[in-house]
Amino acid sequence: MATIEQKGMYKVFPRSGKNVSFTHYCPGCGHGIINKLIAEACAELGLQDRTIFVDPVGCGVFTYYYWDAAHISAAHGRASAAATGVCRARPDAVTIAYQGDGDLGAIGFNNAFQAASRGEKFGCIFVNNSLYGMTGGQMAPTTLDGETTTTTPFGRDPALTGHPLHVCEVFAQLQAPVYIARVSVADTRRIMQAKKAIRKVFEIQRDGKGYALLEILAPCPTNFKMDPLKAADFCMNEMEREFPLGVFRDEEAREPLAARPVPRASSCRDLFVEKDAVLPAVDDAAFAEKRFKFAGYGGQGILSLGLCVAEAARLERRHTLWFPSYGPEQRGGSANCSVVVSGTPIGSPTVEHPDVLVCMNQPAYERFAGDVKRGGTVIVDETVPVKTDPPDGVRLIRWPAIKMAEEFGVPKAANTMMLAALKKFKCTGLSDDNLEKSLVASFKKKPALGEKNRELLRLAEAREHS
Amino acid sequence: MTKFVKSNEAVVMGALYAGCDLYFGYPITPASEIAHGAAKWFPMLGRTFVQAECETASVNMMFGAAGAGRLCMTATSGPGFSLMQEGISYLAGAELPAVVVNVNRAGPGLGNVYPEQSDYTPAVKGGGHGSYQTFTLAPASAQEMFDLTMKAFEMSVKWRTPAVVFADGLQGQMMETVALPEKEMPRPDFSDWAAQGEPRTRGNLVKSIYLDAAQQERFNNHLQEKYARMAADAMGEPYLADDAELLVVAFGISGRIARTTVEELRREGVKAGAFRPITLNPFPREQLAAVAKGRRIMTIELDAGQFADDVRLNLAKAGLGTEAASVKMVHRMGGEVVSVDGAVKFAKEMV
Ligand SMILES: Cc1ncc(C[n+]2csc(CCOP(=O)(O)OP(=O)(O)O)c2C)c(N)n1
Ligand code: SF4
Repeated sequence: MATIEQKGMYKVFPRSGKNVSFTHYCPGCGHGIINKLIAEACAELGLQDRTIFVDPVGCGVFTYYYWDAAHISAAHGRASAAATGVCRARPDAVTIAYQGDGDLGAIGFNNAFQAASRGEKFGCIFVNNSLYGMTGGQMAPTTLDGETTTTTPFGRDPALTGHPLHVCEVFAQLQAPVYIARVSVADTRRIMQAKKAIRKVFEIQRDGKGYALLEILAPCPTNFKMDPLKAADFCMNEMEREFPLGVFRDEEAREPLAARPVPRASSCRDLFVEKDAVLPAVDDAAFAEKRFKFAGYGGQGILSLGLCVAEAARLERRHTLWFPSYGPEQRGGSANCSVVVSGTPIGSPTVEHPDVLVCMNQPAYERFAGDVKRGGTVIVDETVPVKTDPPDGVRLIRWPAIKMAEEFGVPKAANTMMLAALKKFKCTGLSDDNLEKSLVASFKKKPALGEKNRELLRLAEAREHS
Repeated sequence: MTKFVKSNEAVVMGALYAGCDLYFGYPITPASEIAHGAAKWFPMLGRTFVQAECETASVNMMFGAAGAGRLCMTATSGPGFSLMQEGISYLAGAELPAVVVNVNRAGPGLGNVYPEQSDYTPAVKGGGHGSYQTFTLAPASAQEMFDLTMKAFEMSVKWRTPAVVFADGLQGQMMETVALPEKEMPRPDFSDWAAQGEPRTRGNLVKSIYLDAAQQERFNNHLQEKYARMAADAMGEPYLADDAELLVVAFGISGRIARTTVEELRREGVKAGAFRPITLNPFPREQLAAVAKGRRIMTIELDAGQFADDVRLNLAKAGLGTEAASVKMVHRMGGEVVSVDGAVKFAKEMV
């Protein structure tokens, strides 16, 4: 006869903190039998080194006392989520989650269901004893119609609590699982069948085939308030009537799906470091910080215009910050972004008083023109009716960006026309060369467009302006 | 080497350089770019991205992956962060390293997607059940979103407690230049405690349960001793604080507003300085006390005063009761941001 160690259990239970060799389960409890079967299957298949058990919160919480393998003791209901993490982290391990019917059927149902739906590579052993054992015999989703529990003292009333939840049948609607079955441990014949099914769950994991769910009907004599024999009878008769035993899915032979290939990089460096990356900013206290605001409608290229100025600043090794309209400003299809260019590390990212404001529409002008700093500049598209003057000491430039872009036959280039104005009127404190370079670079993926925009930029800049 | 990136993306890069192997997450604005970046870059490096069914799942997936001895992370915002609290407590209770990024949006409830710092208490004091602490860092720039994410992994491994990177919605959207390091961090070896599915880890057990009250108390004492030692890794940044009469204390994005406020005040003849905690737990108490003694103190924050209260507590614990009692705050909520104008005006009324 095999020794207890050969059957996958510790001989005494050191992890319990006491050197005892009896389990914590009540006499006649289904968990006790299932624990033995699981340990045996794991040992017989030689999988103890490879197995990671994910334990539940419920009467099965102390399986780690008994099974001689690595364990992770999860939160109540979360064994399937934790097992997802385990099998993703250790694809070569055999991952087995063990859950009760409160744990899986109630609090953790969606986690278990979604893991099954994703076809996570773990086996889930789900013990259905029709109630919450550990916390004192309350109703579970699997409680039978009329069954008395501590929270259904007058019997479960379907009018108030619905009918028992058939976990296997629900999971069988999913495509990913390879194996779904319901067995019982209420008598010897059933125990033999359960043993085979448990073995199968391990084999599926050993071979990396995919997700397997095994529901096991189990008696809880203590909370059924029955002696072990009567409890087993209840399990075989009443529970099986509601939860027929059987195999709902067996596709063990199916080849697991291979993941689609994705573009690969060999290292972070390979992935992120650009060949033409600019050098880090250098401190230069002599450079006067400039704050820009660009505003207009979404689709007018406002955000890319800001990015273009930001990139030019980076080429000059200035501290640079860009951020898109955020907070309550971002309403009514309008878009804006801010850019800060500085010779020293940038403090506040928000541009309360821009040195330069570019407006492509009327709401933008009305919203921001009054905030512009003394000595600053507002460039506004010619189509915008300017009903109020900007503050004293602020230069106003009305510029036909939209019109020119249309005349050039590239209406989308209105933002490039605005860049031309920034360059022509020397608003940025950045070199012409870098402004052009960054404009071209912004069309990295369409170099022809980059050149076209450079040409338009020059044409626009050359235009007379009164 | 530099890269111009959105702060949220810098978080993903930092995690990858730190050796993070798994990302679990559920989308939420304004943190979603972190999931987007992770969904793209993790698989490209042969690492794992899983879109979880909810934040409860994300954090428990982390529990499994960390328990199995791998570095992992998630990112979320307020509502998702609330859902994760039980799981973070379990991570701390099982002494597992993992990194949670919270890009704070306005609350309570659904609130809106604009910036606040109002998750201060759960992010800094441990929002879940039991006496546990997280290592909490507060970045203020894209560079720090990168650097402090890396640091979060390092500290989480060193102290075996979850680390929180506490940012805000405004910061997440900003683009700035990030300098990338030469090398990636090496993977730590967890085989002495993790369940890795290998012969050498067969005897390992990851758990947070101690059925016996005496054992649970002993474990709690062990945790508290560990957290006390963690104080050695507190970080803070003073700015023009040496000769300051007025000290502006603020973290994260508010810390940057504080910096500009101080510059403006100095331009107007007020001797102001700033102090920015970079770690919020452990709080840089000694560093703050060193520049706070005898100063008038104001905070800038995007919450209802949770941070100011923590500043008072830390000053008081450092023996600066008078300074603690005089702390004033300028704050906004709901997604509105404290303006430099507003902070300057407030400060001038104080001195
Ligand atoms: C979040 C949370 N809620 C509630 C509990 C309390 N609790 C522990 S076990 C359990 C139910 C266990 O029932 P089941 O999953 O059916 O397992 P059994 O004990 O019957 O094997 C509950 C409600 C908990 N630990 N955590
Ligand atoms: S309460 Fe029920 S499920 Fe729990 S150990 Fe006892 S018999 Fe088993």
